[in-house]
Amino acid sequence: MKRRDFLKLAAAAPLAGCAGASYKARVVVVGGGFGGATAAKYLRLWDPSIEVILVERENLFTSCPLSNLVLAGFATMDDVRRTYDGLRRHGVRVVNDEVVAVDADRKLVRLDRGGDVSYDRLIVSPGIDFAFDEIQGYGEAMRAGRVLHAWKAGAQTADLRRQLEQLRDGGVYVLSIPLAPYRCGPGPYERASVIAAYFKHAKPRCKVLIADANPEITSKGPLFRRAWADLYPGIIEYRPNSTAIGIDASTMTVKLEVEDMQGDVLNVVPPHGAGDIARRAGLITTNNRWCDVDWRTMESKAAAGIHVLGDATLAAPAMPKSGSMANNQAKLAAAAIIELLSGRVPDAEPRILNTCYSFVSQKEAMHVSTVHAWDEKDRTLKTVPGAGGVSAARSEVEGGLAWSWARTIWADSLA
Amino acid sequence: MRVLVFAAALAAATPAFAQDNQGRNLAASCAICHGTDGYAVSKDMGSLAGLPKDDFVRRMKDYKDGKRPATVMHQLARGYSDAQIEEMAAWFAAQKREVTK
Repeated sequence: MKRRDFLKLAAAAPLAGCAGASYKARVVVVGGGFGGATAAKYLRLWDPSIEVILVERENLFTSCPLSNLVLAGFATMDDVRRTYDGLRRHGVRVVNDEVVAVDADRKLVRLDRGGDVSYDRLIVSPGIDFAFDEIQGYGEAMRAGRVLHAWKAGAQTADLRRQLEQLRDGGVYVLSIPLAPYRCGPGPYERASVIAAYFKHAKPRCKVLIADANPEITSKGPLFRRAWADLYPGIIEYRPNSTAIGIDASTMTVKLEVEDMQGDVLNVVPPHGAGDIARRAGLITTNNRWCDVDWRTMESKAAAGIHVLGDATLAAPAMPKSGSMANNQAKLAAAAIIELLSGRVPDAEPRILNTCYSFVSQKEAMHVSTVHAWDEKDRTLKTVPGAGGVSAARSEVEGGLAWSWARTIWADSLA
Repeated sequence: MRVLVFAAALAAATPAFAQDNQGRNLAASCAICHGTDGYAVSKDMGSLAGLPKDDFVRRMKDYKDGKRPATVMHQLARGYSDAQIEEMAAWFAAQKREVTK
């Protein structure tokens, strides 16, 4: 049989039941973000005898990295979107559905529309979900269209851009940042920077007020402070130790523990944890929020045969919740799963890395990098001493590299 | 047909330990900037596929020593031992070199 015909048959086969006779095992991947997409692709790339089914509720991938540029009008939604066609070309069966339950004992996932699907190994890469309850009045204000998080790139990204476009010159944009750990450490400070860049040329009397629950800027601090002093004096106001505890939609006020903050556009990022399906699958182990894993395989410490990737994991020391990290974790998991399904021993000394860029204006960016290696004594991944670092200074060269990094990691994860 | 025979011989020699894949696994991290299997997506990120082993090793050592200018690579190169760099180098060298137009 020709390979082309074989793929057609595989695509037509029903989802339910055991792995087809032509495959030696089936891996189901829940979630098509950086983690899930990369795992699906690399499983197929490194072992085509494994059947891979990726379940994703969205039709398109929307990247959180670079989505802040969309808010500032420096990029479009189309720029940060990709299809799942590339994964299909690798032989991944991409199913547009939602996993509503996981049965770890029977090794089954239940789809919202597609019935039960069995697996030999399950990968859960669910991203984050928000603890809206921790901020009084959030739900009500959100339903009234008076507060946005835009911390999952997608509809809210477009909504926030629209609100910023409609904002009058002289208006105030409020950004509230939750306590770490949260998705993308430098992300909020990048967002404040590029929105300030938009204000500076489009409506110079507008202000950016930051209420940060953390005691200081959590990532690339000196570089952000330098950029704000050089580029946006009088535009950005930064207040540390300011946790949002409520929202009053009628007066457009973010209630803080100490002093309240009023604005015209409220962008409050609530505290968050692993995506809901991780909770329903019983994978949450720590602080009622995150999923602890064995860092040599990414296998859950709560359920055998289930691997957890990305922002949902309980981070190893100094490990960021980033797209790069999720991509690297996915490859670690894919390699380990291939060995495990073949009855072999996974790589005993995995080593992965992170590199991510933050824009501070339309053209200038800076990066942070780390290398993470298995530590036998503490049985976790630790940053390699002497390796990694941040940019010496923001630059247009790194702004160009940031776009190259983005296009490359989107392709590496999805194409 | 000769190719098929060769492929069958390779399949029979499937490694028993994951350690044999360490070069591939380490090299996979590079793909976020240098492209899957080292085939660059963007021209300002160099392709690593098919790079002669000695060239890769020398570049990484120069990054480590600060002899080669870089924005990021001097920071990342210091995260790998000489032996690990050799393994990555061997893996990239074994990839078919991209035909440049």
